[in-house]
Amino acid sequence: MAALKFLVIEDSPTMRQLIRFALNRIPKAEVIEASDGVDGLKKLSSNEVDLILTDINMPIMDGLKLVSLVRGNDSYKDIPIVIITTEGAREDRERAMALGADAYITKPIQSTNLLSTVKELLKI
Amino acid sequence: MSEKKTKLFEKGEEFLEMFRQGQEFTQDLLKENERLRYRVVQLEETLKSGPNPSAGSPTDNSQYLELSRKVAIYEEKIQDLAGKLSEVEEENIDFARRYVDVEEQNNNLANLYVASFQLHSTLDYEEVLQIILEIIINLIGAEDFAVFLLDEKTNQLIPAGSEGVGLEEISPIAMGEGIIGSAAQEKTSYFNEMPPSTRDELFKDPLVCIPLLIKDELIGVITLYKLLQQKVKFAPVDFELFTLLAGHAATAIFSARLYSESRRKLTTYQGFLDLLSQK
Repeated sequence: MAALKFLVIEDSPTMRQLIRFALNRIPKAEVIEASDGVDGLKKLSSNEVDLILTDINMPIMDGLKLVSLVRGNDSYKDIPIVIITTEGAREDRERAMALGADAYITKPIQSTNLLSTVKELLKI
Repeated sequence: MSEKKTKLFEKGEEFLEMFRQGQEFTQDLLKENERLRYRVVQLEETLKSGPNPSAGSPTDNSQYLELSRKVAIYEEKIQDLAGKLSEVEEENIDFARRYVDVEEQNNNLANLYVASFQLHSTLDYEEVLQIILEIIINLIGAEDFAVFLLDEKTNQLIPAGSEGVGLEEISPIAMGEGIIGSAAQEKTSYFNEMPPSTRDELFKDPLVCIPLLIKDELIGVITLYKLLQQKVKFAPVDFELFTLLAGHAATAIFSARLYSESRRKLTTYQGFLDLLSQK
């Protein structure tokens, strides 16, 4: 199996480490971290990413803006996007999905739930 | 007369011949009867040993008996295998249950490890405070909460950080005052099963109060007022996190304060030394 690159965009170092912990259980997983949307886009342009995991509430550029920019770019529009957020309202979920997110996970996360979502999206 | 005697003798001879023939016929009948009785006994014995659909020869019967014996053996084996299968299925269910437990434990340990790692990853007081807030939001799933630190001079709990509620909304609390002050004074955690219904009640009767302690020394209190919408109730790992926070957050805050104080003093002493050396 080829290495899988995950881009984790999250302003909280605690959450980044927790997500990295979960993703590292996937064989040959490579995790790239970014602390906000702008940083995320920069890392996206310099890496061949297989899946993006992003928070919504972040400084500089939030997760929803990032999702719409990624979906609007032909080079990245097919990359699966998983939203990981504290926002549990139905309308927040619907907005994110309408913008092009593929999955929506609310915090606090369960690593099993995160892994099964990621594996389902990547069909591994 | 002699002619008559001769005829009579001939008749007698004929009669005797008829009797002989009758005797032979009777003997034949008796023999046949005996043979048939023997056959009946044979058939009865065959019937006792099991039905024989082919009702064939003795060879067929022995094959039938052999097959019946094999069928009985295989039926026994099938029953044995069915028993083993149900045992294996039970084991599978047990393994699946254990796997879920291990996964949960793994998840919990990851949370605790990350929380502990992050708390001790810096000596910057503001960063430590920020990490405590992050842990409470992301790992516990609280929406409104505050961190109070004890001011030893005034013996009051002063709000140092919060989320969901503005710091200006939260008043300092005297030791022993209300639920938060009492939890701090008694150095025992407080858990409220029923969430407060109004915002005023929110501050008077929080969901959780966790005193931050280094051994027996109180550093502050963490109070949770409201959980995130999707967080219905506390999970077992939350209580582990509360225990971890009670000790590790207190140590991290204490260390960070001590470090910034010593840095400040070092700068002051360095200034003095510089002044003295210039003279």
